[in-house]
Amino acid sequence: MTIRIQVAPRNSVTATQLVQDAHALGLAGVEALYPQRLYFLSDTLSAESLQRLCATLLADPVTEAATWMASHEAPPAARGHLIEVSYRPGVTDIEARELERGMAELGLPDLHAATGTRYEIEGDLDEAALRRLARQLLANETVQHWSLGPIHPTFVREAAPDDTVEAVPLDLLSDDTLLTLSRERLLSLDLAEMKTIRDHFAAEGRAPTDVELETLAQTWSEHCVHKTFRATINFTQRAADGTVERTTQIKGLLRHFLRRATEQIAPDWLHSAFVDNAGIIAFDGENDLAFKVETHNHPSALEPFGGANTGIGGVVRDIIGISARPIATTDVLCFGPQDFPPDELPEGILHPRRIASGVVAGIADYGNKLGLPTVNGAVLYDEGYLGNPLVYCGCVGLLPHGSHRTTPQVGDQIVALGGRTGRDGLHGATFSSAELTVETVEEAGSAVQIGDPITEKGLIELIEAARDEELYSAITDCGAGGFSSAVGEMGAELGVDVELSKVPLKYPGLRPWEIWLSEAQERIVVAVPPEKLARLQTLADEWEVECTVLGRLTGHHRLVVRYEGIAVADMPMDFLHDGLPQRTMEALWQASPHPASLRSAVPLPTSGEGGATNALLLRMLADPNVASNEAIIRRYDHEIRGGSIVRPLVGPMMDGPADAALLKPRGTWGHNMAFTLSNGINPWFGQLDPYRMALSTIDEAIRNAVAVGADPDRIAILDNFCWGNPTYPDRLGSLVRACEGCYDGALAYNTPFISGKDSLYNEFEGRPIPGTLLISAISIVPDYHHHATSAFKAAGNLIYLLGDTKAELGGSLLHRLLEIEGGEVPDLPANALNHYRALHEAIRSGWIAAAHDLSEGGVAVALAEMALAGRLGATVSIPKESTLSPTEWLFSESNGRLLLEVAPQHRAELAALFSGMPLHSLGHVSEEPTLRIDSDEGPLIDLALDDIVKAWRGV
Amino acid sequence: MTKPIVLIPHAPGTNRDGDAAHAIEMAGGEPRIVTLHALRADARPFREAEALLIPGGFSYGDALGAGQRWALDLSLFFLDELREFVESGKRVLGICNGFQVLVKAGLLPGDQAEGEPRNVTLTHNERGYFDCRWVHLSINPNSTASYLREIEGPIFCPIAHGEGNFQVRDEATLHRLTEDNLIAFRYVDRNGAPANGRFPLNPSGSVADIAGISNAKGNVLGLMPHPENHIMAVQNPVSNEGKGVGLALFEAMLG
Repeated sequence: MTIRIQVAPRNSVTATQLVQDAHALGLAGVEALYPQRLYFLSDTLSAESLQRLCATLLADPVTEAATWMASHEAPPAARGHLIEVSYRPGVTDIEARELERGMAELGLPDLHAATGTRYEIEGDLDEAALRRLARQLLANETVQHWSLGPIHPTFVREAAPDDTVEAVPLDLLSDDTLLTLSRERLLSLDLAEMKTIRDHFAAEGRAPTDVELETLAQTWSEHCVHKTFRATINFTQRAADGTVERTTQIKGLLRHFLRRATEQIAPDWLHSAFVDNAGIIAFDGENDLAFKVETHNHPSALEPFGGANTGIGGVVRDIIGISARPIATTDVLCFGPQDFPPDELPEGILHPRRIASGVVAGIADYGNKLGLPTVNGAVLYDEGYLGNPLVYCGCVGLLPHGSHRTTPQVGDQIVALGGRTGRDGLHGATFSSAELTVETVEEAGSAVQIGDPITEKGLIELIEAARDEELYSAITDCGAGGFSSAVGEMGAELGVDVELSKVPLKYPGLRPWEIWLSEAQERIVVAVPPEKLARLQTLADEWEVECTVLGRLTGHHRLVVRYEGIAVADMPMDFLHDGLPQRTMEALWQASPHPASLRSAVPLPTSGEGGATNALLLRMLADPNVASNEAIIRRYDHEIRGGSIVRPLVGPMMDGPADAALLKPRGTWGHNMAFTLSNGINPWFGQLDPYRMALSTIDEAIRNAVAVGADPDRIAILDNFCWGNPTYPDRLGSLVRACEGCYDGALAYNTPFISGKDSLYNEFEGRPIPGTLLISAISIVPDYHHHATSAFKAAGNLIYLLGDTKAELGGSLLHRLLEIEGGEVPDLPANALNHYRALHEAIRSGWIAAAHDLSEGGVAVALAEMALAGRLGATVSIPKESTLSPTEWLFSESNGRLLLEVAPQHRAELAALFSGMPLHSLGHVSEEPTLRIDSDEGPLIDLALDDIVKAWRGV
Repeated sequence: MTKPIVLIPHAPGTNRDGDAAHAIEMAGGEPRIVTLHALRADARPFREAEALLIPGGFSYGDALGAGQRWALDLSLFFLDELREFVESGKRVLGICNGFQVLVKAGLLPGDQAEGEPRNVTLTHNERGYFDCRWVHLSINPNSTASYLREIEGPIFCPIAHGEGNFQVRDEATLHRLTEDNLIAFRYVDRNGAPANGRFPLNPSGSVADIAGISNAKGNVLGLMPHPENHIMAVQNPVSNEGKGVGLALFEAMLG
């Protein structure tokens, strides 16, 4: 007999946010919604024990009351309607696990626990509405099940071990059948790859096992080897009128553009680029900094909380996997419009509001619990992300120089550390190479997981201690492909022999291939010399991390995987790692017409007459792509570790936008060096010109860093491409153009790429997302005392514009708001690097009171942001030398520009420093709380600071 | 002069132990971070320490309520050590998760009779989610934790919590906390005027703007905000002048 425990608040209040969310989904009938917690126990307990359990662990004696009953008895009647939700078996449920552990500590019987949530709902709702409420808001069917009555607990089933290994004969299969097999087993391999595998095993005179086939599919997946970025590409570029401008063959995007740029720049402070889980640069001579940015798009589309949760977990694990201590995280998110009409939402996708709230909660949950400050990011909204949101997660780590060991030896033990293995995330690596469709939810449900940050926190502590005691000779994290990738990579040079029956499982019954491929989170593999195992075990106990020897490095250059002694995979390492056939792909870029064409009836304001420009600026400030992200930022801890010197929100009211985060790692306060994190992203430029998008995003990431105080000669950047299906020549063509921009942009700024990642196949029902390039920058600040923020500091200070403004409005916020297509996308200005060097010198000299980068909305938006951040006004006029129309000058998004605030006494010094550079005097900061922008023909903008603050903050 | 040893226990999920240790070092103490696993094997660090600091974090992932599982550990495995520690008059400070642990283990306010349910708790923020922002804290000049009088208030430091909403069973409990000067810190505005429950001055919705309390003896103190994240002027987001005001709490505690 199982037991059900209900915990309800004593003063029952409706969950306001959930009711609002229900209304936003069109379920206006929901009046009140009362959540309660549910716990289930797999067997009965005495009333005394239940009483004790509830009093000590389950119900807060001040605010809550618990009731319990046998599961088959009817629970108390609900107020109004009832929906109950609980996890599917096998989904990570930390509450249930801690309940089981707590019961053991209390000396109670060893029972299984499960959890759930009960929602009592008041309102006029029919069954169809209740079903919608359950499916679209209260439950996620990827990881949960729900019921319109009392739900019955699902305990992890008791199952016998399953040693089934299937042989998969390929030798007689036709091309079509090979492809069908690839699709049905979710292998995501193309015909050439399937044939290569078929021929390899035909030559061996046997059929591959399922373990071998799955291992090859994972190791050869887009996710693991980046087939598109390594492919030979036949590229054709056409002008807007269709004439062929050039054709060329590219021997690998990664090698030809990204790596080549880094190799040509090769600064002496760059320690590792593109070879490991993350790029590594020198910090202070003693320590290095590692930086990596990943995406977790498809999982976040299906289960936003779990997808984003494990997105952070995954990138942090990447940093642990290069022996670094994680010290900060970043997140850049792209969602569909939050006010998208629910009844127009295509079948099979979650509402963008739900995706956004789930993703933010998932990032907050994992980052906050790991104790990492989330300090930099961006949030973009566009209809192009409706069916396929983007979730970029980044992590920075600190490690003593030279402490990351990568030389495993024959005889070293292969040791798994961390979480247990379940059916979590099977086929995650190959799933990321599949487009999303209505059916994806059903097929790929197992590819999404929920994270366990506390286990990962234990790994962080353990690996740092083990690194410092030099207990391992190599380390790698279990990401996509699980053990198959991690162990396969670790043994690539030497060969390995591992025993799967030793792997600690969450629940019994996994087949060998499932154990080998499982993408259960929070696992790290290390190679440990036998004499150091005992010490590693002691440390693992200390940090409460599970530690298991799986096998050893052999020297026989084969991948040997056993289950209870019997080989279930036995392949030469060189076939696994070098057998993948080279791809050749076709790419086509067709330029779009440049002249801007007005699609809407909204006239372009030509002057300030009638307040049209005022209204336009307020509209820009309130646009979701510009407006304050404070509601999201405050969900993340940005103070922990005590090193946040410039936070995401700045100014006296702590609510103005920062250009970059300035961080000082704990333990390095003995010197003054610090570092910044910043990013650049603009998919709207890319819709018109992906080449210039790449230039612009590189410039944006760099100028954001420089604005805060980074040394422009100590900046390293990361590329993250999220694109559509690259087997379509148009998608691949725009990707090629973006890569060309990356190469030219990196060289223009002498800034190397140190790491990158691509996420392709981002399409929903055949519609690609806007090709989106995120550039993330990590930069050194020589002395953290010399930094700048965007907030105006004092009335009377002078305002300058660094950089020239051109008529570059293609893809701009202005064009988007006024629905103008086409136009000139911002190009890279000449000599921008020298301008940034001069600005850096000015910041180090203490002359810059405030600096702010110009991006979306141009000068007008940036001035308004500096004013609102500093709660001071400004009076400026368009420089006499400007030949642009007032609208162009106000809203153009030309690159290479920053606004500077300078005290009058530094006027002459500044002029001398910037001699020969485009530094334009605009006006001054004013005590009077208004923003005034004048042109020759009169005032263009005249806005009260209060209105600016209200528009931008939304409150 | 030997530095006073401050024991900083670490449960799975603890994460502001390093920040707390940094503050203790700067205040002239010697921090010792020891895992619960190690403490269960050997409780000597309790006897060697002159003060105990239970740091912030998400012990056991906040499962079953913030601080609940760690409080259970304390009451099952370290009851004697804690009792001895508190009765000897040594100082105990709980910050954020540490405060939650002290409350849920019954050590704060510490007036609960054996076997009786708690009268105070820290529950979910009124707005229902984790919140990170800087707050101002007034110090009760008559606090039972008399060392607080050495600190110039209000303290300016960040909060970072999801379950910092201090609540009481009834009016009588609140009355007793007030009358007995067990309320050590309250949320105020930047000029020191009461928050009166206004968000975001009182960010979690705590009754009577309570941010921290002490026991009757004054040697056990807990608060939700993080003075350990304002120990240097450069950490101050609004003005980079003056001494880091959170540091004063640690100096006074060790003084």
